[in-house]
Amino acid sequence: MMNEPLAQGTVIAILAMALATFIARISGYWLMGHIPVTRRMRRGLEILPGAIMAATVVPIVAKVGVAALCAVIVAMISMTLRRNEFVAVGFALVTAALVRAYGF
Amino acid sequence: MITDPKPRAQAQYWSLPGLLEGARRCGAMVPGTMVFAAAYGTLAAQKGLTFSEAVLMSALVYGGASQLVAMEVWTNPQTLATVLSLAVVTAVVNARFILMGATLRPWFGGLPQWQAYSALNGTVDATWLIAVRYRAEGGSDCSVFVGAALTLWIVWVGSAIPGYLLGAFISDPKRFGFDLMLPIFFAAMFVPLWRGARRAIGWVVAGGVALVVSYVVPGWWFIVIGALTGAVIGAFIDDE
Repeated sequence: MMNEPLAQGTVIAILAMALATFIARISGYWLMGHIPVTRRMRRGLEILPGAIMAATVVPIVAKVGVAALCAVIVAMISMTLRRNEFVAVGFALVTAALVRAYGF
Repeated sequence: MITDPKPRAQAQYWSLPGLLEGARRCGAMVPGTMVFAAAYGTLAAQKGLTFSEAVLMSALVYGGASQLVAMEVWTNPQTLATVLSLAVVTAVVNARFILMGATLRPWFGGLPQWQAYSALNGTVDATWLIAVRYRAEGGSDCSVFVGAALTLWIVWVGSAIPGYLLGAFISDPKRFGFDLMLPIFFAAMFVPLWRGARRAIGWVVAGGVALVVSYVVPGWWFIVIGALTGAVIGAFIDDE
């Protein structure tokens, strides 16, 4: 049953994601009215966004290889020099395309 | 720690000019949101979502990072198992909203419950940042938060459309590097988060653990396991 294709599976998946997000959005607010958030918990939640990014990027780069590595490095250098997402993503895409064009 | 030059004696309230003020404060966030949304639209097209499904997800979820990660782990067809997996991944990626919601309690706490809980659906990184800044200036108008949320929601949903159309027309996404949108965007957004080496320990752990898990455990569990391990270890290391 767990692995049978669902009718309207995509819509169900979207609704499940929406529900999960809704719960995340309201639960912290709700919780603050009921229990105190410890300092340690707060620190962990502060680190979580960057941890999610690292945990996503590192395995993908390892799997895709040189083109991904170059693109990611260029994006980070660009953001360090100039805080502009447009420029950073643009440079990174050009880098990936160039690296691939040369056969990596 | 935070000096509060203006007293917050004023009770929270709603106003029409507040909606416009919120929209105005979004300005700097709009370009980034557009790029992010276009990246999502491109991926959604490649993963075989229909146009209306892609738009529906943006409209209902309204969470950029979680939608990009969802596209990365998306499977076709969906089963009960993959739907549950997606819900868990989404919950983990959006867990930061829990903390953001907690910080909004002092502001929205006096509102009628249905108003507070409705407004909380506008919580994203950008609107939360706007709220924090506005509150620090002594503001109490909840419409500012809602105005920012509505503006960025429209930008977010609308900008996914050109991305989707672009993605659907590109037969070989690899040639242009569009399949690397997620790692590229995450790497770029990682830079402003930098707050010194100590905090980065948790991120290094997250990346390392995720890498190992990705070779051992099939599927996308590496994101959840890596991120949670990094956050937990980071929380304890910082405490020294």
